[in-house]
Amino acid sequence: MTLEVRGVEKEFPTRDGPLAALASTQLTVEDGEFICLVGPSGCGKTTLLYILAGLEPPTRGQVLVGGHPIAGPDPSRVLIFQEGALFPWLTAQGNVEFGLRMKGLPREERETRARGLLRTVHLESFERAWIHHLSGGMRQRVALARALAVDPAVLLLDEPFGALDALTRERLHQELQEVWLTTGKTMVFVTHNVREAVVLGDRVLVFSPRPGRIVAEHHIRLPRPRHAEDLATAEHAARIALSLRLGGEMAHGPTDRQP
Amino acid sequence: MAPRTGNPSLRPLTLPRERVAWLRRAGFFLGLVALWELLALLRVWPDYLFPAPTRVLESLVQGFRDGTFLIGIRGSLGRLAEGYLISTVIGLTLGLLMAQMRWVKDTFGLVVMGMQALPSICWLPLALLWFGLSPTAILFVVVMGSVLSIAQATEDGVRNTPPIYLRAARNLGARGWQLYPRVILPSALPSILTGMKLGWSFAWRSLMAGELLYTLPGLGALLSMGRELNDMSRVVAVMLVIVAVGLLTDQLLFGQVERRVRERWGLAGG
Repeated sequence: MTLEVRGVEKEFPTRDGPLAALASTQLTVEDGEFICLVGPSGCGKTTLLYILAGLEPPTRGQVLVGGHPIAGPDPSRVLIFQEGALFPWLTAQGNVEFGLRMKGLPREERETRARGLLRTVHLESFERAWIHHLSGGMRQRVALARALAVDPAVLLLDEPFGALDALTRERLHQELQEVWLTTGKTMVFVTHNVREAVVLGDRVLVFSPRPGRIVAEHHIRLPRPRHAEDLATAEHAARIALSLRLGGEMAHGPTDRQP
Repeated sequence: MAPRTGNPSLRPLTLPRERVAWLRRAGFFLGLVALWELLALLRVWPDYLFPAPTRVLESLVQGFRDGTFLIGIRGSLGRLAEGYLISTVIGLTLGLLMAQMRWVKDTFGLVVMGMQALPSICWLPLALLWFGLSPTAILFVVVMGSVLSIAQATEDGVRNTPPIYLRAARNLGARGWQLYPRVILPSALPSILTGMKLGWSFAWRSLMAGELLYTLPGLGALLSMGRELNDMSRVVAVMLVIVAVGLLTDQLLFGQVERRVRERWGLAGG
C-alpha cells in the first residue's frame, strides 16, 4: 500500500511554548518500497514513524494510506519499537500470537501461524522461552515475528537493531532483507546508522536536526543482498554522511534562530 | 536448546554459599534456645515469668494433642480467609477505579491514603457499635486492615503500565476493554502481588489484634486465655504457633507465585 505524507508537522507543548519536532514533511513511499530515514537523534524521525503508525496525531497535515487518511493505530501498519516492547508475561510464542488473539483467531490456527513465523526468524526451539531469557537479538526477532503475524502491509521499524552487537546486527540485516524480498511489504526503517540505511534501503532520506526536515534523498541501486562491509556500501554511506553533515549546517545557518 | 527457568550452570556455584547460610542459621537458633534454657535453669527470673523452652514445648505438644490449638488455627484461618477474600475483591476494584478515573483518585484515593495512618484495630470500637458482639465486627477490622494496601498497590501497578506496552498492544489491534485482561493487569501483576502479600500480613495482624480483644474461637483467644490462666509457657507456645501459621500461609500463598512472577517479569531477585 502506498504511504503518502502530506505536509505533516509536529509540535510538542512545553512550558516555553510549542516545540517544533518535525517541520512540514512531504513524502511518498511506494507499495513494497524499502525506505530508510536517517538523521541526528532528536530530529523527529521517530516522531514521523509514530505518526505513520497512528500512535501520535500530527499537529498539521495528514497521512494517507492507499488514498485514505489514517485514524489511529491499525494492524495494517505495525511498528517495531527500539526496545522490542515484548510482553514479559507471555512466552515468545504468546507474544507472536498476541495480534492473532486480538483478531479472534482460533487457538490452533494461532499456534500454527506463530510457530511458522518463529521458524522464519530462526527461533523454532524457543517457542516456550520467556522474554527475559532471550538475548537482545532474539528479542528483536520475536518482535519481528509478532509484527509479521498480523500480516501488515507496512512495517515501521524504529532503530530496532540499535542496541545489538555488530555481528548480530549484520545477521539481522540479512534476515530482514530476506523477509522483505519474500513478503514484499512496504518498509520504513528509522536509524542514525548510515551504513545500516544503505544496506537496507532502496531510498535513504536524510533529516536535518530538529525541527526535522528532509534535506537529501539518495537512491541506492546496489544489488541485494548487501553487506555493511561491502566497498560499494561504504562509498554510498560516505556520500550520505556528507549530506547529513551539510543538512546540519543548513539547519544551523544564519536564517535559523538557534541559541 | 530451550532455556529453562533459572540457569542450571550457575546452580552448583551458589549451593555452598546457601549451605553456609543454613548452617549459620541453625547454629544461631540452637545457640538462642540453649541460652534460653540456661537462663531458665539458672532461675534468673521466676518460672512463671520465664518458662524454659522444654516447658514451652510441653505446652505446644499438649495444645495440639488436646485439639485446642487446631480448633484455634481453624477458627482464625477461616476468618482470615473470609476477610481477605472480601478485601481482595474490594481492593482490586477500588484500585482499578482509582487508576482509571481521576475523580475516584481525587476523592476515594485521598481517603485510602489517609486511612493508612490509622492502625486497623482502631476500627474495633466502631465495628462493635455497628455490628455488636459478632464475628462480623472482627471481619470488618480485618477488611479495613488489608483493603487499603491492596487498593493502593493495584492503583500503582495499573497507573505505571509502561506506555510502550499499550502502544504495542493497540498497534497490534487491541481495543478498549481488551487492554485490561491482556495488557494492563498482567503488566501490573508484580505490583498487585506485592500489595496482596502486604494485605495478607496486615489482615493477619488485624485479626490477631481483634481476637485478643474479643473472644471467639481462635489463636488470639487462646493467647488471652493463657494470660488469664497465668500460664506463660502456653502463651509462648501460642505465639510460636501464630508465627508459624503466619509464615507458612505466606509462603504457601505467595512464595512460589512471587518468585516466578519476579523472574518472568525480569525484576531483581528473580
